[in-house]
Amino acid sequence: MAVFGGRRREENAAVPPGQHLTDGFPVLSAGPTPEIETADWDFLIRTESGTTHRWDWDELQALPAEDITVDIHCVTSWSKLGTSWRGVSLDTLFADVETSREFVMAHSYGGYTTNLPLEEILDGKAWIAYEYDGDALDPEHGGPARLLVPHLYLWKSAKWVRGLVLQDDDEPGFWEQNGYNMHGDPWREERYA
Amino acid sequence: MTRPGSGWYVGTLARAHALTPTARSLVFTVEGWPGNEAGQHVDVRLTAPDGYQAVRSYSIASVGASGEVELAVDLLPDGEVSPFLVEELEIGDTVEMRGPLGGWFVWKPEETRPVQLIGGGSGVVPLIAMSRAHTSSASAAPMRLLYSLRSPADAFFADELSAATATVETTRHYTRTTPPDWARRPGRLTADDLAEATLPPADGPLIYICGPNGFVEVVARAMIALGHAADHVRTERFGGI
Amino acid sequence: MGHLDGNVLAGPIGDLLSFEPTTARGQCAGCGDVAVLAQATVYVHPMGYVVRCRTCDDVLLVVVDNGGRSSLNMPGLRWLEAADPA
Repeated sequence: MAVFGGRRREENAAVPPGQHLTDGFPVLSAGPTPEIETADWDFLIRTESGTTHRWDWDELQALPAEDITVDIHCVTSWSKLGTSWRGVSLDTLFADVETSREFVMAHSYGGYTTNLPLEEILDGKAWIAYEYDGDALDPEHGGPARLLVPHLYLWKSAKWVRGLVLQDDDEPGFWEQNGYNMHGDPWREERYA
Repeated sequence: MTRPGSGWYVGTLARAHALTPTARSLVFTVEGWPGNEAGQHVDVRLTAPDGYQAVRSYSIASVGASGEVELAVDLLPDGEVSPFLVEELEIGDTVEMRGPLGGWFVWKPEETRPVQLIGGGSGVVPLIAMSRAHTSSASAAPMRLLYSLRSPADAFFADELSAATATVETTRHYTRTTPPDWARRPGRLTADDLAEATLPPADGPLIYICGPNGFVEVVARAMIALGHAADHVRTERFGGI
Repeated sequence: MGHLDGNVLAGPIGDLLSFEPTTARGQCAGCGDVAVLAQATVYVHPMGYVVRCRTCDDVLLVVVDNGGRSSLNMPGLRWLEAADPA
C-alpha cells in the first residue's frame, strides 16, 4: 500500500508546531507578479501628521545595511531554516519618524496589504530586504525589496513592499480580512482568526 | 447535471496503465458515484499519516453513469501529488474524490452544433471524455479534435483516438518532435495552423480549449481573431500544481 | 506559476452555494465586466483562492479553507447570479 506524504514529524526545536522543513523556496502568489524597476521604486513611511518619509532606491542602498540569517515560517506549513538576507533595519528607517500610533499597515506594489503592531517591526525584528542568498531579490520572492519580519508567519513579510502607513487601530490587511490571524505568531500557531 | 459538487467519495484504484513515459491512466471504482458529464473534473484529496492533506483537480477522462472514474495524470517534476499518483499509488489503494464538478467546460450530447476541441498536452483529457460522449451517444454533430503535443511518445489514448471506429476526427500538431514522415516541421501552434486544422467560423462551432495557461491564452485569442464568436469559446486552464 | 481559471472553484465553493458556481454570472465592482465565474482569473495560493476580474485584475472574491471551514469573501463582486436552468 502506498503512503502519501513525505512530511516527517519534526524533532528540530527550531521548527514551530505544525511546520515541516523544506529545501526549496516555494513561490506563492495571490496575483500577478509586479515588475518594478529600481529607477521607479520608492519606499515611504507615512505618519498621522501627514508627514511622509521617503527613500528612493539609491537612498535605500546608501543606508547602513545588515546581513542576517533567519528562519522563516509560512502558514501553509513549510519552514526554512537559516535563510540569508541583506537589508536595512526598520530601526534605521524609523530613526527620525515621530508617531504616537501603535500599528502599521504595510502596502505593496500590486495592492497587497498586511497589518502589524509597530513594536513587532522595531528593536531588530524587521528589515526592508533587497538581497536573498547573496543575490538581488527575485521578483517572484518579492523583489526589488520586501518587508522581512521573520518572527511572524511569512505572509506578514509583505513582498514588493512600497510603504508603511501608521494606523490608530490594528486594521486587517488582505489575508487578515479573509480569515487569517491578526498577529501570526508561528510559535503559538496563530494561523486563523 | 448542474448541481454543485456532491461531497467526498472514496475511489479505489482498480486498474492502471502507462499512457506515456510520464503519464498514467488511473481507473477508480467509486462507490455511489452518480456518473459525470463530459468535461467535468474531480478534486482528488490525499491525506498523509500526520493529517496533512493535499487537494488537486483532475479532469475525468470517462463519461456516463458507470461506477468507474478514469483519470489521466501527468507527472509534474515539482509536483506534490502527481508523482505520488503516477509512481506510487497501487491497485487497491484509495483516494478521496469530490465531484463531479463543473458546469461550464461541459459538452452535452443534446447539443447539435458542430464542435471543435483543441487540447494542449494533458489538456486533451476532458476532450477525450467529450469524444467518448460523442461516440456513445451516436451524436450527429460534427466533432473535431486538434491535439497539440510535444512528440508522438507523449500522446494520450493514441489508439482510441485513431481507431477506425472513432467518431471524432483528430488532427495532431507536434511542437518538438514529429514522426519520420510528417509533412510539417515541429513548432508552436500558429494562427495559420489553427485556420487550416479547425472548423471554420461559418460553421458556428462550439469551441473547447484546454491545456496549460499560455496555450489556452494564445489559442483562444487566435480563434476569436479568426472570426469565431467569443461566446462560442470555452476554456479550461491547467496549471503546474 | 501563473493563474488558472474559475473552473477550479467548482469544488471549493460548490458546497457554499445552492447553485453550481462556475456557471454563475457576476459583475466586477471595479470595471463592470460581466462574466461567468469560470472565466475569472484564479490564483491558487495555498492560503486561499484569489479570484480576480479577467479584465481589470481587481479581486472579486477570496475563498479560504481555514482548517475545515470554508469562508467566502466577495469584496469585488457587485452581484452574482445563478445560471439559467438548463
